Amino acid sequence: MPSLKDLKNRIESVKSTRKITKAMQMVAAAKLRRAQDAAEASRPYTERFNTVMGGLAASVGGSDSAPKLLSGTGSDQVQLLIIMTAERGLCGGFNSNIAKLAKTHAQKLLSEGKTVKIVTVGKKGRDAIKRELGDYFVDHVDLSEVKRVGYANAQDIAKDILGRFDAGEFDVATIFYARFENVVTQHPTAQQIIPASFEQEEDADVTLYDYEPGEEEILADLLPRGVATAIFSALLENAASEQGARMSAMDNATRNAGEMIDKLTIEFNRSRQAVITNELIEIISGAEAL
Amino acid sequence: MANLQFDLVSPERRLASVEATEVQIPGADGDMTAMADHAPTITTLRPGILTVVHGGGSDAYVVSGGFAEITATGVSVLAEQALPRDEVTQEVYDQMVEDAKTVYGRAQETFKNEPGPVDDAAKLLSDMVAIGGHIGLTAKN
Repeated sequence: MPSLKDLKNRIESVKSTRKITKAMQMVAAAKLRRAQDAAEASRPYTERFNTVMGGLAASVGGSDSAPKLLSGTGSDQVQLLIIMTAERGLCGGFNSNIAKLAKTHAQKLLSEGKTVKIVTVGKKGRDAIKRELGDYFVDHVDLSEVKRVGYANAQDIAKDILGRFDAGEFDVATIFYARFENVVTQHPTAQQIIPASFEQEEDADVTLYDYEPGEEEILADLLPRGVATAIFSALLENAASEQGARMSAMDNATRNAGEMIDKLTIEFNRSRQAVITNELIEIISGAEAL
Repeated sequence: MANLQFDLVSPERRLASVEATEVQIPGADGDMTAMADHAPTITTLRPGILTVVHGGGSDAYVVSGGFAEITATGVSVLAEQALPRDEVTQEVYDQMVEDAKTVYGRAQETFKNEPGPVDDAAKLLSDMVAIGGHIGLTAKN
């Protein structure tokens, strides 16, 4: 049976924990709004881009001279996994869900006899898979100094990856991130970015465009941008998901702390009452003995 | 005169969405002006000044590459980096030129015997410098 003083100390400590989680929840809510705005703002670009690329890819894709970024290297032996997670923890299952998906994916590839290389973006995911897949790490991108992800960050990552692709270091690249659905739900997603695939709307009326310079030059110019765009939107989705996950995790934590405080307070009151009763019994029995 | 819908988007934000009468685009193969009923065209951009003429006057933007999709009824420009003309101060401009110089320097180092990428980077730099001439800023040397 803990003493009264112990209980009191525990209640105090849970109370300050609750204050912290509450504050974190509110900070996350504010950041989430900003992250969502950023994701929203990037959407028109991504959508247009994909439409144009879809059209281009459909008309050039079949030919032999199609760029490698689109048609692939003709092999899928070496797989590059780009695992994007958060730089910080305390956001519920966000990091571990992405890591889990990536791990399953990597194990599957390994069991098929493929070579796996891993680039991690964000410290937490790196830590989560280091023990099992640490041998396959080839690079790490640190975004902990970045307050707000910009297109420049995505470009840097894309440049690095494209450099590796040109050097023939891998055949297929897949990015892992969490797609933001709402505050409670974020879906860990795997998306193949090299060779690029663009959904083609079948029913869209096809406009015949003039291309300046030629179709293939434009495609060669745009495909690397496509990689950056895909990474950028994944980074933004990830940022929103992270804050969403943190917000609901901290909401839960705050609620749990509240329940714990209630429970502890009841226990505290009970034992205080027990002490009082005890003292009374002692006094009464002492008086009776006289 | 018929109007066309003009949209300028960068990955980070939508800069403009207006009804325009004509749009002057710095295409990779040369400048062009798009007006309503233009033949559907897709062109890549070089760094330069994009001018939109609409009912209330004209707006200029500094764009640094990307592409434009022109249809009979509208123009959408997807620029990698775009800024309204007024937001390009000497400081911002210096930074842009500096970036282009870095790219040029790196290209010279990495591709010693291949003129292609070096020429591209050199063109990027000269395009950047040319922008300065258009908006009344000078590049530092």
